[in-house]
Amino acid sequence: MIALQGTGVSAGVASGPIRFYKRNKAEVQRRTVADPGAERARYEAATQTAIAQLGELAEKARREAGDDSAILFETHQLMLEDLDYVAAITELIENEHVNADYAVHETGRQFAGMFSAMEDEYMRARSADVLDISTRLERILRGEQTEQSADSEPALIAADDLSPSETVQMDKSKLLGFVLSAGHRNAHTVILARTLGIPAIIQLGAELKPEYDGRPAILDGQTGQLVVDPDDATRAYLLEKQSREREARRRLEELKGQPDVTLDGKQVRLYANISSPAILDAVLANDARGIGLFRSEFLYLESADYPTEDEQLAAYKAVLQRMGTRQVVIRTLDIGADKKVPYFDLPPEENPALGMRAIRICLSKPEIFRTQLRALYRASAFGNLAIMFPMIASVWEIQEIKRICAAVRAELDREKIPCAEHVPLGIMIETPASVIMSDKLAPEVDFFSIGTNDLTQYTLAVDRQGGTGLERFCDTHHPAVLRMIQRTVESAHAAGIWAGICGELASDAALTPLFLAMGVDELSVSARAVLPVRSIIRSTNAAQNREKLLAVLQ
Amino acid sequence: MKEFTYTVTDPVGMHARPAGQLAKEAAKYQSIVTVVKGEKKADTRRLMALMGLGIKQGDAITVRVEGADEDTAAAAVRQYLTENHF
Repeated sequence: MIALQGTGVSAGVASGPIRFYKRNKAEVQRRTVADPGAERARYEAATQTAIAQLGELAEKARREAGDDSAILFETHQLMLEDLDYVAAITELIENEHVNADYAVHETGRQFAGMFSAMEDEYMRARSADVLDISTRLERILRGEQTEQSADSEPALIAADDLSPSETVQMDKSKLLGFVLSAGHRNAHTVILARTLGIPAIIQLGAELKPEYDGRPAILDGQTGQLVVDPDDATRAYLLEKQSREREARRRLEELKGQPDVTLDGKQVRLYANISSPAILDAVLANDARGIGLFRSEFLYLESADYPTEDEQLAAYKAVLQRMGTRQVVIRTLDIGADKKVPYFDLPPEENPALGMRAIRICLSKPEIFRTQLRALYRASAFGNLAIMFPMIASVWEIQEIKRICAAVRAELDREKIPCAEHVPLGIMIETPASVIMSDKLAPEVDFFSIGTNDLTQYTLAVDRQGGTGLERFCDTHHPAVLRMIQRTVESAHAAGIWAGICGELASDAALTPLFLAMGVDELSVSARAVLPVRSIIRSTNAAQNREKLLAVLQ
Repeated sequence: MKEFTYTVTDPVGMHARPAGQLAKEAAKYQSIVTVVKGEKKADTRRLMALMGLGIKQGDAITVRVEGADEDTAAAAVRQYLTENHF
């Protein structure tokens, strides 16, 4: 038994024989051609064939792995027609009378070199794209087969590296997993593996020896371990792990589409938190019923200057449209002196957590606030929007916010720009003041969302990012915090509005039954936590446990 | 000729995918669309040169559109960039 350690990049356990991927490594030879005109025509025809092949691959990728993978191949098609690439190849053929595959090979090498020399890591990885398309053209020109010979047994495919087109071309039913000696984390092949749910390990190095071809092996994509010729004990352990993982995945898949309702019929809004539109795919894939917290900071962070109204509108609109009728709660900018936004000109503070941040900046610099609100109200026409304001402590803050919102709406109305008829306005409950005043705040808004991270910090007077030694003093399940949540929910319901939780505690499975017993109406969790929390909601009887659970708070 | 500046917000910058999609969008029009970053420029038919500009988040680029349909093309390209939060 031999155990090899690499980097696990796609979780899952796969068992089977190792099969090394056979590539036809024909040598490129430089020859002189008698008729460069004809050679050029051959090259042009090969380009068209390559474009057609890539079109088929794009289709296959789209069916198996979605749009993003397909777009890669479409980009390869465009690269083949890049004017500089085409000009370089054509010149070599016509000026030096060389064979087309040599011209392509040389040009590919040159362009790949240009990318490899770039500073940006992502751009360096593009050199692989140029080599991929050049190899495809060369194979067509030399009349080689690009497909691997049909091997009927499902196997763990081993190689030094695999290009995305090689990955997509493979028959998935024969592909149990990948093990590569090289590879990058961000390579398209890795992304494809994850999307397809195929376990994969990269960077095994020279340890992945060709003599292992045909030998039985098990790979664990989570730990990054590949075991060749496993003994009985190891085999049993890993196959048991595989079985458990499959069972858990199956149970979770069954939860998709199921209503978020407790055993005693209480309906809960189970939403997800996002920090940027990029996470939307995961949110939708995990079947969240809405977005309970869309952090708008990504638009401001690490930007050279304030995002314009149009830039903001585009981002909000894109998310609203993709979510369709599902509610999207967008929080206005929540930035402080501790974040990297130099153009805000925030003077350094001793206590940024207690300083000029979030809504305080918005109310002190109304132009920034107005721009964001204009973009939000304009976006409201494209979906189901609610707006939420962070760091609220007083009634006057809400009243001023509502005055500004009304003015923005009136302005857009005069400009004949459509907005949704009713955009619910809510506040984050994250300061102790807002909890204590929640009975006065509730009648002023349409909903509350409890930000447990900051609420815990301010209530226990312990730094969230606290140093060592503070752990004992920072109990995230502290009764003070739980009582504050309960009080908030009571105030909300007394005023007839809904109350939700969007901080980390919302994803905390141990607390879900307690929150349901309190009557929390909404839980906004990380995308990964949606299905596990749904599972708990559906197996909890909120009313039955109410007294027992609430006794905890006394 | 029509020209506008644009500040890149996409965290990954001008990588293969948006470069390709921008090229696809520009190809719909007769006009030639050129992207300028600092001293260097590339037109959208030269995908690799476009990627080679190394455009990153926060960069201010200038987009030049020249041709018979430059008005429509410029508006469309600008909208494309904003809508895709590039």
